[in-house]
Amino acid sequence: MSSRIKQFFNQLFFYKSAAIGLAIIFILVGISVYTIFAVPYNEATRLWRAGELHWLDNPRNAMPSWINIFSSKKMPETIILDTSKSQPGASKAIIQAAEKFSKIRVDFSFNYQYDDFPSELNLFFKSNFNVSAPRLTIYWVKPNGEEIILNTILISKDDRYYISNDDKLARDLRVLISRKINRTIEYDAPITLLLFAQEDLSILDPGAAKVMKGNYRLWIDGIIFETSADLDAKLVVYGKVYGWAGTDHLRRDLGIALLWGTPIALSFGVIASVSIALIQMFIGAVSAWFLGGVDTVIQRITEIFMVLPFLPILIMISTFYKFNIWILLLVVIALTIFGGGVKNYRAMFLQIKEFPYVEAARAYGAGNIRILIYYLIPKVLPTIIPSMVLSVADFVFLEAALAILGLGDPLAPTWGKIIDDAYTNGALYKGLYYWVLEPSILLAATSLSFAMLGFTLDKIFNPKLKEM
Amino acid sequence: MMIPRIIKYLLKRGIIIFLTVVAAVYITIWIANMGGYVDEIVKGDLYISISQNIRQNPAYKHLNETQIRELIDALYTNELKRIGFDKPFIYRSFAYLRDALSLNLGRALWLSSDSGSRSVRIIILERLPNTVLLFTTTQLILFFIGLFAGLFLSRRYGSISDKLSVLLAPLSSLPGWFYGIFLILIFASFLRLLPYGGMVDVPPPEDRWLYTLSVLKHMILPVISWLIAYSFINVYVRRTFFLMFSSEDYVELAKAKGLPESLIQRRYILRPTLPPIITDFSLTLIGSWMGAIITERVFNWPGIGSLFYSASVMFDTPILVGLVVIYAYLLAVTVFTLELVYAVLDPRIRVGGA
Repeated sequence: MSSRIKQFFNQLFFYKSAAIGLAIIFILVGISVYTIFAVPYNEATRLWRAGELHWLDNPRNAMPSWINIFSSKKMPETIILDTSKSQPGASKAIIQAAEKFSKIRVDFSFNYQYDDFPSELNLFFKSNFNVSAPRLTIYWVKPNGEEIILNTILISKDDRYYISNDDKLARDLRVLISRKINRTIEYDAPITLLLFAQEDLSILDPGAAKVMKGNYRLWIDGIIFETSADLDAKLVVYGKVYGWAGTDHLRRDLGIALLWGTPIALSFGVIASVSIALIQMFIGAVSAWFLGGVDTVIQRITEIFMVLPFLPILIMISTFYKFNIWILLLVVIALTIFGGGVKNYRAMFLQIKEFPYVEAARAYGAGNIRILIYYLIPKVLPTIIPSMVLSVADFVFLEAALAILGLGDPLAPTWGKIIDDAYTNGALYKGLYYWVLEPSILLAATSLSFAMLGFTLDKIFNPKLKEM
Repeated sequence: MMIPRIIKYLLKRGIIIFLTVVAAVYITIWIANMGGYVDEIVKGDLYISISQNIRQNPAYKHLNETQIRELIDALYTNELKRIGFDKPFIYRSFAYLRDALSLNLGRALWLSSDSGSRSVRIIILERLPNTVLLFTTTQLILFFIGLFAGLFLSRRYGSISDKLSVLLAPLSSLPGWFYGIFLILIFASFLRLLPYGGMVDVPPPEDRWLYTLSVLKHMILPVISWLIAYSFINVYVRRTFFLMFSSEDYVELAKAKGLPESLIQRRYILRPTLPPIITDFSLTLIGSWMGAIITERVFNWPGIGSLFYSASVMFDTPILVGLVVIYAYLLAVTVFTLELVYAVLDPRIRVGGA
């Protein structure tokens, strides 16, 4: 037995495409196992559904970080400076100034050496005052030493100041810089550009504006009107690259969905194709073995199912019930078990049925079930393995297709879901190619690997083609 | 005695095919109504519209609340009776079945055609040409690529081009819409050569030639995406098919007789393999007229596939049933015609009988 298995694998690896396919499948299985243990499913769906607040420290629509390796233009990473954590570049001092109030000084400084502007700039505050809110003045210091007052605000206990969304600040800064370079900035320059750009003529063109590299400072001068009150601030300079996978329009880490997409796609594809092939084969065997009434009924049911449009019915059912992915899998199986495959299997079994060894089994009195399971099915099993492997790809794409139609599991993070998000948010119009390409490449790799393996298995198990 | 047997056989097949269509349509009616759930939506809509009509009608201003309620209920019950909703769903399902089978497709619940009509027939007929145009073109090209490349490669078994075709066959495991996304990415988004989707420029050109040109331009990407996706497997399948037949004894004999290669191909390989190929092609073609939901959605093509999608999402039952009925009839007619033709032409089938 073991020598036969060995021989089989030798034969399999004789074909390079099968070896490549198997290698990819192993990598995907490895990723799946890693994912299941590293990011538990509940955690993944929770993170994926957590909403934008949870992901507030991530940049929106950021490309994966490794893009910087291939590009001479270095895209910014996100810089987070938080006074509640002790980290270099963020400091806070509170001085009791009088009996009723104290002065607070928060200081953030960072070295900005990227070639592109940040995508956003936000400040977050946490304060534990009781009645009167602290008043803060926020200063911005550029590498050339110039200091600008960004704003003076009263903050609530849990507050944020979206610097890059401050329209008034944008107008003021535009006027300020325009006066400095003696030319008017005509276009609607974003604050991130106005705060980080070199103040020369290049700023007049949004495409040509250059980053002023060096040490930036943002400091806050504040008055706290209660002696026991404290204040913490966090500065987030949002980059344009994030993690190994990038982020989507809701600032979510695409990595989670890419990772979890793997086990979901693999199990959906494999379970669907294997169970459908086995059930269809069994139905075909029953139909061919018993003939007569059983056969007629099965044949008619099969023909009815061949007229029913599979995808529209699946769409209706999933729109109506909003099933999770595993129940959807059952629906897919239920809708396909009487598919056209039954007819092919029936034709195969009709031939096998006449073989002498089946005759012999019948002669010694084997029962119907025994003949079906021990004599008929094992004979056909090897020949259907290739098509089983091949159809994994179809079902992997079926899941993706349902997600692209906005159906499928509303909770599960899957590859199709990412493509759908990317599509509905105009990733192709906006040039956010990574968003579409990452899940697409994984999808393509999955189905190609199964297809390459399947085609080779076909050559091995159905040698009729090989001898040709 | 041969003729009556064929007629008996065809009659039997015809009845079976018709019964299959009936059963499929009836199942569709149940599924598309969600076992009667859609009726509840319709009833709810009806009740709201009647009560709004009455409450906003100045003629009923003098009535008090209970009188208005009674009036609404009376009108509602009447209206239910009029449209036959007073009986349980199972009664109506048969009425629906009768209407569907007689192609009396009725009016859509929510969707309407571009011209503003609610007639299911008009809605479907408005979309069908678009789908037929796109997918018949695609299927025809695919058919001829498969046929000629398959024949060509089967003659050159083991050559480099043959090995290449085997090597490329797995590429067909990716569906057409998937290649479509990539093509849009490259040709529409990156190179800006071709449109992202749709069927014609907005606003559509007045001139007929420019209009045709615009439609052709919009067809390029969807057609190519399907060609990339399905021609490799098509060529592979045909090649293998022809290879199997070219090792038959009678082909060997023809070769031994020294018949010219082209004659062998035409008479000894193509002719016996043509029936299954034609069957396959005609069924694929009919199937393609039901549109490809995802491809049409990716390319924003206003065809039957997108209609199927919007109807299924909105539970527009009459449209869904209408589409399935038309498809079932087309399929039935095709299958029956093929059986008829083969029964008359192919001696093997004729002798095999029922």
